[in-house]
Amino acid sequence: MAILVGRKTRAIVWGITGSQGQFHTQLMLEYGTKIVAGVTPGRGGHEVHRVPVFDTAREALENVDADASIIFVPAPYAKDATLEAIAANLNPVVVITEGIPVKDEILIMEIAKQKGTTIIGPNTPGIITPAQCKLGIMPGHIFKPGKVGLVSRSGTLTYEIAASLTNAGLGQTTCLGVGGDPVVGMSFVDVFKMFRKDPATKAIAMIGEIGGNAEEMAAEYVKKTKYPKPIVAYIAGRGAPAGKRMGHAGAIITGKAGTAETKIEALRAAGVRIALKPGEIAKLIKHPKLTLN
Amino acid sequence: MIKAQVLVAGRGKAGAIKPASSPEEAQRVAQTIFSMTVKGEKVAKVLVEEQLASRYERYVSIVVDRGSKCYTILCSTEGGVDIEQVATLHPEKIIRYRIDALLGLQEFECRTVAKQLGYSGQQMSKVASIVSKLYQIMLQCDGELIESNPLIETEAGDVVAADLRILVDDNSLFRQKKFLERSKTFEPDMSELEIKAREKGLAFVELDGDVGIIGNGAGLVMATLDMIIDYKGKPANFCDVGGGASEERIASALEIVLANPRVKVLLINIMGGITRCDDVARAILDIQKKMGITIPMVIRLVGTNEKEGQKILAAANIPSLNSMEEAASKAVSLISGGI
Repeated sequence: MAILVGRKTRAIVWGITGSQGQFHTQLMLEYGTKIVAGVTPGRGGHEVHRVPVFDTAREALENVDADASIIFVPAPYAKDATLEAIAANLNPVVVITEGIPVKDEILIMEIAKQKGTTIIGPNTPGIITPAQCKLGIMPGHIFKPGKVGLVSRSGTLTYEIAASLTNAGLGQTTCLGVGGDPVVGMSFVDVFKMFRKDPATKAIAMIGEIGGNAEEMAAEYVKKTKYPKPIVAYIAGRGAPAGKRMGHAGAIITGKAGTAETKIEALRAAGVRIALKPGEIAKLIKHPKLTLN
Repeated sequence: MIKAQVLVAGRGKAGAIKPASSPEEAQRVAQTIFSMTVKGEKVAKVLVEEQLASRYERYVSIVVDRGSKCYTILCSTEGGVDIEQVATLHPEKIIRYRIDALLGLQEFECRTVAKQLGYSGQQMSKVASIVSKLYQIMLQCDGELIESNPLIETEAGDVVAADLRILVDDNSLFRQKKFLERSKTFEPDMSELEIKAREKGLAFVELDGDVGIIGNGAGLVMATLDMIIDYKGKPANFCDVGGGASEERIASALEIVLANPRVKVLLINIMGGITRCDDVARAILDIQKKMGITIPMVIRLVGTNEKEGQKILAAANIPSLNSMEEAASKAVSLISGGI
């Protein structure tokens, strides 16, 4: 078991003919992901790594069966591509693109909500269920199947922590990045709800960062529901100054809101264990029942 | 009133908004304001407008509500003051109204907000029309925030947006061309190096310490910075070269980080995923030769092809480490050891 994507997931790639799209389509195929079609307006009839390319989602779905999608389209065109994927009833829609205007993100999220579509991202490394399906740009080899669910607002920091989990013998059920933008599809709470229902997930690693209040909301949810699975969190940005964007559009302390300290405090009060260094997550999670073999 | 037209908040406190009671005084005041630099920006324009005797000041803004994934109107009967303070001390005085992304902001909704702000009759219509215009501007300009503080009620009973400020979403600059041009030459609260870094497509924030930091990925670089502080060091900057760190990007990052004369040690933290460590190692050596880097470097290079990468660096006598902890503590010890 896992959440959102698995062995049966069949995905369509938007922007498959671009350099990022081509490169990562190849890596996703090599990982074993079922990439069944690509959509690039004006490039219908071509093939990328033997995957057929169509002009529109409608045409693609007349020719292949698909249930999920991943978007590599540059920011100015990402709104249209994402709305097309939502309209085609593909679910989830993983939006890798960085730099989408917040106005477009607000519209995308409203329409996704009405349609019941799960959006992962934007500005995310994607989602992986180890040994089953990789819909994203993460290096597949650092992930191993297991019992820990991982949810993050970051990219490479996720790889850092996933690798340390794997090295400690702690495999993963599903790992996903919710995205580094101010407005993203999934909150920590949404993902916690899914991990709660997934019997294979026995513990959760959470990677947060400064900006917004998604971590505080997660803390409130954990406390209120007496969350039944252990959670260990790392929050990046304790040393970040106020008012500056730290790489991610969403990583910004506004006034006194969104600091790492308030997030850590809220999570601690909810019973979440806090790792002060990324490498400590694996140490705090480690339990004989969670390791492989 | 003579108001400096600069792209920073807090003009009043900086003395860049001043009253004048005669044309002669206006000239004198304007001359003083023209000679000012407000938070780094030279005053090039002033706005001269009627001085309004205000009877009452209120606050109205539209913000991006991250949790609800929509635009939200924030307003308060307490205007002209620091709104964050009002929000902390008197949260009950803040009125929130969420705008439906598909429905937009209808006229009846604007009236509802005006009513909640305590207006009725003609004043209500006037305030409703101001709120409606704020939302239109927000959409037209891709705003992240639009704020009128204060919204004043004059002695005569008229309601006027006496001050208006908008923050434009950086991610929208590809279609907000008029703001793009302006942002190339000056950005409030951004240093020269930060503007230069942005031109090169790097995420860079200047800090006041002496350990230069370069890494790939925003979260990883933030974590590196936190770790330096935990080891009692002081980061000189945040610099994220991004996911697929090419030689060219690493070169620009080195150039910008080392242009800061305070940097005494350089810490590079690369978690190679799709990026191959041997490529990164070669890039670093290449650049080191070209630029003649003399300050000590600590490199942490792990991930795909890490052994090859570390071997290349070792051959050039550059220590490379396996863990972030080791690298951060080594960088700090090089500073405190007086090198």
